[in-house]
Amino acid sequence: MLNYIIRRVLYAIPILIGVNLITFTLFFVVNSPDDMARMQLGIKRVTPEAITKWKQERGYDKPLMFNDAVEGTEKFTRTIFFEKSVAMFAFDFGRADDGRDIAHEIKTRMLPSLAIALPVFLLGLFVYIFFALTMVFFRATYVDFWGVVLCVALMSISSLFYIIGGQFLISKMWHLVPISGYGSGWNAAKFLVLPVIIGVISGAGASTRWYRTIFLEEMGKDYVRTARAKGLSESLVLFRHVLRNAMIPILTGAVVLIPLLFLGSLIAESFFGIPGLGSYTIDAINSQDFAVVRAMVFLGSLLYIIGLILTDISYTLVDPRVRLE
Amino acid sequence: MSFKPIILWTDALVYLLVIVIIAFVWYVRRNEYLLAPWRRVGHSASGMAALTVLTFFIAIGLLDTVHIRPAIENSNGSSGEKAYSVEVLSLLDIIATPLRTRVEKTYSAPFAAFLYTKETAELPDGRQIREFPRLQFGGAHLQNPETELAADVAWKAGVGGGLGLLLWGLVVVSLTGLLANRRDEKFLSAFSAIWRGSTQVPWNAICITLALLLLFCGAALALSGSYHIFGTDKVGQDVFYQSLKSIRTGLVIGTLTTLMMLPFALLLGITAGYFRGWVDDAIQYLYTTLSSIPSVLLIAATVLMMQVYIESRPELFDTIAARADLRLLFLCIILGVTSWTGLCRLLRGETLKLREMEYIQAAHAFGVSHWRIISRHILPNVMHIVLIATVMDFSGLVLAEAVLSYVGVGVDPSMISFGTMINAARLEMAREPMVWWALLAAFSFMFALVLSANLFADAVQNAFDPRARTLSAKAIILRRRRHEENPQAQSVSPTVEGSSKP
Amino acid sequence: MNPLLQIDNLATVLHTGAAPVWAVDGLTLQILKGETFALLGESGCGKSMTALSIMRLLPEAGEIVSGSVRIGEEDLLLLPEAAMRNVRGRRISMIFQEPMLSLNPVMTVADQIGEVLRRHFNLSGAAAQERVLEILNQVGIPDAARRMNEYPFQFSGGMKQRMMIAMALAGEPELLIADEPTTALDVTIQAQVLDLMRGLQQRGGMAILLITHDLAVAAEMAHRVAVMYAGEIVETATRENFFSGPAHPYSQKLFASLPGKAMRKQGLRLAAIGGNVPALSREFVGCRFADRCDHAWELCHEIAPRWNVVAGGHQVRCHLFNKDTSPSVQDPELGSQRLEATVADSEGSMKSGSRTPLTSESGDSSPYLLSVTGLKVYFPIHKGLMKSITGYVKAVDGVSLTIGQGKTLALVGESGCGKTTAGKGILQLIPPSAGSVRYNGLELVGMERKRLRKMRAEFQLIFQDPYSSLNPRMRIVDIIEEGMDALSVGGRGEASHAGPHSAGKKGRVDTLLESVGLPPETKWRYPHEFSGGQRQRVAIARALAVSPRLIVCDEPTSALDVSVQAQILNLLKDLQSSLGLAYLFITHNISVVEYIADEVAVMYLGRIVEQGRVEEVLDHPRHPYTQALLSAVPVIDLASKRPIIHLHGDLPSPANPPSGCHFHPRCPHAMPICRERYPETSAFSSTHTARCYLYPQEQDSA
Repeated sequence: MLNYIIRRVLYAIPILIGVNLITFTLFFVVNSPDDMARMQLGIKRVTPEAITKWKQERGYDKPLMFNDAVEGTEKFTRTIFFEKSVAMFAFDFGRADDGRDIAHEIKTRMLPSLAIALPVFLLGLFVYIFFALTMVFFRATYVDFWGVVLCVALMSISSLFYIIGGQFLISKMWHLVPISGYGSGWNAAKFLVLPVIIGVISGAGASTRWYRTIFLEEMGKDYVRTARAKGLSESLVLFRHVLRNAMIPILTGAVVLIPLLFLGSLIAESFFGIPGLGSYTIDAINSQDFAVVRAMVFLGSLLYIIGLILTDISYTLVDPRVRLE
Repeated sequence: MSFKPIILWTDALVYLLVIVIIAFVWYVRRNEYLLAPWRRVGHSASGMAALTVLTFFIAIGLLDTVHIRPAIENSNGSSGEKAYSVEVLSLLDIIATPLRTRVEKTYSAPFAAFLYTKETAELPDGRQIREFPRLQFGGAHLQNPETELAADVAWKAGVGGGLGLLLWGLVVVSLTGLLANRRDEKFLSAFSAIWRGSTQVPWNAICITLALLLLFCGAALALSGSYHIFGTDKVGQDVFYQSLKSIRTGLVIGTLTTLMMLPFALLLGITAGYFRGWVDDAIQYLYTTLSSIPSVLLIAATVLMMQVYIESRPELFDTIAARADLRLLFLCIILGVTSWTGLCRLLRGETLKLREMEYIQAAHAFGVSHWRIISRHILPNVMHIVLIATVMDFSGLVLAEAVLSYVGVGVDPSMISFGTMINAARLEMAREPMVWWALLAAFSFMFALVLSANLFADAVQNAFDPRARTLSAKAIILRRRRHEENPQAQSVSPTVEGSSKP
Repeated sequence: MNPLLQIDNLATVLHTGAAPVWAVDGLTLQILKGETFALLGESGCGKSMTALSIMRLLPEAGEIVSGSVRIGEEDLLLLPEAAMRNVRGRRISMIFQEPMLSLNPVMTVADQIGEVLRRHFNLSGAAAQERVLEILNQVGIPDAARRMNEYPFQFSGGMKQRMMIAMALAGEPELLIADEPTTALDVTIQAQVLDLMRGLQQRGGMAILLITHDLAVAAEMAHRVAVMYAGEIVETATRENFFSGPAHPYSQKLFASLPGKAMRKQGLRLAAIGGNVPALSREFVGCRFADRCDHAWELCHEIAPRWNVVAGGHQVRCHLFNKDTSPSVQDPELGSQRLEATVADSEGSMKSGSRTPLTSESGDSSPYLLSVTGLKVYFPIHKGLMKSITGYVKAVDGVSLTIGQGKTLALVGESGCGKTTAGKGILQLIPPSAGSVRYNGLELVGMERKRLRKMRAEFQLIFQDPYSSLNPRMRIVDIIEEGMDALSVGGRGEASHAGPHSAGKKGRVDTLLESVGLPPETKWRYPHEFSGGQRQRVAIARALAVSPRLIVCDEPTSALDVSVQAQILNLLKDLQSSLGLAYLFITHNISVVEYIADEVAVMYLGRIVEQGRVEEVLDHPRHPYTQALLSAVPVIDLASKRPIIHLHGDLPSPANPPSGCHFHPRCPHAMPICRERYPETSAFSSTHTARCYLYPQEQDSA
């Protein structure tokens, strides 16, 4: 089992390298730094000097892969590839356009992101499983039928609508919580209630329906019939037998998301003015701050890969077939 | 000729898609086993009702796909060379010319006759007052809007709705006639069969949906001639017109994205599953790497780069529409590149299962070539997965477009889409008094489109994938209810006699 | 004596397709205390639905529409669900066909059994543990104290079925319903499980409702038997009455369709039942079997027969036995036709090869069409950090065999012994790791792909599962033409000795379909429109299309009902005599071997332990494994109780086979030397050899 985990960790390394190469190609090969400079400085009235200055400020004035102008190993290290892409493995993301250190910014913004994403995740998991179980318990009745209809309807509503509608109804009409903003410590709580509720609701349709399908698939298996043949009650069958087996796909599907919670949610954070990584990314996209976007892409895939490894570990915890083989 | 037809990139692909679909339908109709699951789709009431609505959306989308550049009149007389406008119009634009051209100054509420903001106007006597000025077009025919507006709206809606229902009546009568003719029965009995829902295809559900659709369309058409039924936006454009234009964008993103990624997913997925070994390892590495970048971030990064690319090469595009269109196409490609991995994984898994099937072993025993095995044995047996994935992805992509455009990495800002409408309107929520109609219109249209797509996808999935039983509970409920109503129908055993045992 | 279970007029409907399916239709039966009642029938006749109706565990689409199920004085169908739960697992327990799927994979065995104790006896904690241990010992789980806390996947198939039985026993039920309890198991394991059930019943006095399709299993286990056909019981009798004189034409046909030695010796064709089981969604007017019955007359099509008494408790639902309606005195053959054949036993050799048809003469040097020497197929095991190869699964480990022109060699063994892999290795569908396969003197191993492709017309393959062996998306004509196209045979006048080919490719498809007994117009249809037996015919036609001389038949009948199996075996025999085909017949079914094979090779864990002519091996088995295997096969034999040689444990893993003779850990005669070296060949005749230290070893093959 330890071997298995070590192997998964090792497998992550080529993937990270692949991601790094993709981002490098995307940001420096598809468009040259000159193109980016022209884009940012305005296409029309740009001067060559301005472009050079822009590139110097950001350290983009070096060759891409191979530097002829210097000696020794510096031929490889004094390049954009080494300084901008390889350096990311050491969490050196460079500076944003406003001059701040990106790594530091990420560190301080992780917590607010987590403050919304984690409650949404936990509460959501609980609520969706609860409703899915209810629907499965009352399967083939109108509870189930209208439950599915409701799920499909909820799925068909844009997440933007949930946010805008929620802000309008709860904050603007009823003045229950502030419309947006963020505080420190416990003060943050009143800002978090609304985004968390909206986060849970906007994911409800798809997840509940999916969990219901998983439960139903388990219900159709032979061991469920065996459990009923023992004389167990339907709720016992559902909770002791079906839930345990269904938790394997549900949990492992959820575990992969846990590290990504640090990234927060792009939209919710920008709507609610929460200073997390999501709004950081959005701001960077809007101001075309390439360094920040690049850092976020790398960070995102790193977290996703950690999630994959955690998934593999969680398999060994919940499924004895993996654990003992 | 007073116009020049234009085929933009996405138009070409949409035409291609239409041709593919027509060919597919033709092929399916000739093969009984392919037709069977589609029959099951046809028997699903929710699915067919959804399809009716979808057809309506698709019709609008197709109208909006035929693009032309009208000639500019009397540019320079007799030179024989016609100059064409730089403005690219679609058939829908031309049909909706009144909607398109009746631009007010700024915001106006739905059915309003006055502008939403006060303006300083000069009275004939020279005094200046702040008032809500009359709209140039909306309700302009009314003498005294305060008193006449409600009655006029009701009257026009009634007439339009009535015409819609009349049309509906015609459709239903001809449908009944057709069915009666085909099934060789009396008109009335065919009608009552439809009415009671005892036809195999749920015509009653289709008819009810159609009635509602035509009622609304009729009313909307009648009203939109003299009112802005969804109001106007900041620059005075009609929101109803914008909503109609957004439909094509949504449809294009929902369908072309899949069209773009299908070749990748099919080729790589099947190759990986069929050949296994190092080919499989390489393809798995490729899609694991791609899918490990959170998709929003990958899309954002790619779109940013695409923007840089397009901005630094303005010479490539002769019209704004062409540029916006290319950007739309790029967006589809990027969405496709980020979303093919899921389908690829599914196809790989299914191919792994299929290659162990005995009929493929039998083909090997005949020395059939790999290419023939893939094309004759594997491809036809994974097509249902592709189909389910396509219809399931559609609604998600329409929703994603809105979010991406909101984030600023979606379609070109000059292209009307649900996302750009919402993006433009969200700041208006903060206004006092609030401007809510643009948002509401965008969300309602999007909801109708996505809901019907979801319901249709559900029907398709139920029909093609026996394991998915998402809405089938309804059938069991109906059966139970019928049983309760009519228990003796069930207990009449065909051979009750003859079973007494001594 | 009051019956324990009394079912009256039970009717169960399945609402799956357009029309309701009357899976059980007016079923009446009674089971006495402590007896084993066998419910016999082919697939789809409604026997499982009967069992599930008794338990009220029907699938969602199922519905009991009428009847009563009484246990003691209680009508189970009237009980509220909560009260029914007190019956399930306590008064009636049930075990299912697939032990692999019927246990919860993420709960330990002790938990799953303990659940019953808690539910019905309110037993928990140490007391429950103790009881679980006791029950597990009772069902013969070795080392139960340790293994009770393991998960189901850690047990073998036979052990899992013991777990299921333990779970059923935990409630100390009055009635145990066993739904095909041994169908998914190997013969030697089946013998263990059946033995266990018999022993438990004798000790505990519970009644068993045994649902099976296997006449021999019923003959070994049952006190009374009922035969089910198309949703109703057509015959019920005591074991003795039934097996000495089945009355219903359907039952008789079932007996006559059983393959076996006797049938072969008399040169009899197996009696196949024409047609198919009728769809249960249709309405029946007359006898349900009338359409397929040789004795049917008008009355049978008009009026459903009532119960008629043959003798004592022997009743049959057939007009032939009604004195008032029967047109003539009973058919003289009825009831006697088949019996001597079944019960009669061995002795007397048969002339093998007397029917060997003319084969296309071969100018080659080899007397055999196929000769395989030392064939090995190893699959690497990847393990450890870098997935390096740490060992091999020796699926086939040095198999040597020969098949002559127009002969049948049966390769026999239990699941997992490598017989299918051997077949595929011979056909070069899996690259062999070592050894040689000579076809007509030509070496196939290592032959380049192009040349091999040309050769492929010579040897073909028929599969086990008729549902996965035909591409559902292709029409029959395309399926059959595929091989002809790929190998460019047929239609263009290439060598083909299977009928005329003047009419071109389409004409050849027609001829092929006719030769396998299907009307030519079926070629435009798709596989899903055919029944299992018909599909198997199509698969045979597909193989024949390229005019092969050798066909590897990989369990071609094991997924089919006996009556359909008989059709296919007849067909294969006919084709062999008319076309001179040679068969490598891979099977686990001894009675099929007895019927069809000329020679037989017994495989155990990748190696052939004994081979020889069929009468040599089956009548005088020498290897202890062959002896055990043969003794474990249930037979319809009322008179003598043969001793069953019990094998302990399960088939070891081919990744890590035991040292020396692979069989020694399970062998009743194991000696010290068996642990050390694999035995050499011992010859008993020019054709009969075995590998066992019990017999003198040949020195030359060192």
